[in-house]
Amino acid sequence: MYDVVVIGAGAAGMSAGIYAARYGLKAVVIGREMGGTANNAHLVENYPGFKSINGMELMEKFAEHLKSLGVKLENVEVVGIDRNNGHFTVKTAGNEKFDGKSLILAMGTVRRKLNIPGEDEFLGKGVSYCATCDGPFFRDKVVAVVGGSDGACNTAVQLAEYCKKVYVFYRKEKLRAEPFWVAKIEKNKRIEVVHNVNVKEIMGDKFVKAVKLDNNKKIDIEGIFIEIGGVPQISLIKNMGVKVDEKNHIVIDSSQRTNVDGVYAAGDITTGSNKWSQIITASAEGATAARAVFYDLKKE
Amino acid sequence: MIDLNKENFEKEVMQSDLPVIVDFWAEWCGPCRMMAPVFEELSHEYKGKMKFCKLNTQYEPGLARNFGVRGIPTLIVFDQGKPVDSIVGFGAKDVLKHKIDGILKKV
Repeated sequence: MYDVVVIGAGAAGMSAGIYAARYGLKAVVIGREMGGTANNAHLVENYPGFKSINGMELMEKFAEHLKSLGVKLENVEVVGIDRNNGHFTVKTAGNEKFDGKSLILAMGTVRRKLNIPGEDEFLGKGVSYCATCDGPFFRDKVVAVVGGSDGACNTAVQLAEYCKKVYVFYRKEKLRAEPFWVAKIEKNKRIEVVHNVNVKEIMGDKFVKAVKLDNNKKIDIEGIFIEIGGVPQISLIKNMGVKVDEKNHIVIDSSQRTNVDGVYAAGDITTGSNKWSQIITASAEGATAARAVFYDLKKE
Repeated sequence: MIDLNKENFEKEVMQSDLPVIVDFWAEWCGPCRMMAPVFEELSHEYKGKMKFCKLNTQYEPGLARNFGVRGIPTLIVFDQGKPVDSIVGFGAKDVLKHKIDGILKKV
């Protein structure tokens, strides 16, 4: 029996595992993707201690740190959670079971879609949600990024390193990314920001050829990278009675406790940190959750 | 699991008697790495029915281009030397199994 089973192996989950280990808790971290969302960050330049590091590399350092403390990191998908006699049983795709006295939910988010014609049809044929994965296929081509967040701007700067031209389509007047990213975008001659537009349709034949905007303009591009944030992955907890807000973020208190005894949550999936999706805030939430587990178990 | 390259592609894929499923991937692709253990498991489960291969798009960009790969992970199924179906993006084990079974019924 584990003291705590952490579901999700991104920044929040791995930080929770590290802190749990240092509090002497028996912990396991289970997630289908070590690193999670942070893996998509081309460059992380705001995580203290690392002036500039690739997201996946930083997450590998988290994993190394976690494993050095003797915590098992299971790279598998969780398919179910049961509650039995006061403890939790977490089931994986490989039919393994992990029993825990408590749970930390750190499943993060899945990418939000535009839900427009052509988006599904051209997935892998010019439509992408991961510039780190697919960017290299668009060397010397004209591409577009949809969104105005840190993630969108990071992606545009990354693509501009090897694409001929990068459009950024954003629905508002001003990019909402860190001023640091905005300055980089404004300085870059290969990037053109088109403000106050929505993409209405993605068009092509075998591959993406163009997009139609809601100002009725058609712009020729070969790749489109959709960076409009994430939707909390809450399907696993649908029947657990865990309270979520109107946008499906798990509601937590200042110690990362949910409304269900023994269940805590951390990272992008929660209402915490003003819903700011950063590695540093996810890590902090993971650490705080592990501490709460420790104190709550001690009370019993 | 066979690692494909320009030299062995013709023999392992185009001239294969069994249908072949090729995983187009790269080191820098999180979803690809997440799918790798699943693909490995499936390769054992489908032994004798389908040949499982991997192709690193970083080292073999030409082969990826030839088969229209513009996003990874992409799985392409070849039968009698021809691409007959593809699966784009990360898929959990049961999803992949379901799709592979469907493809095997057709070939």
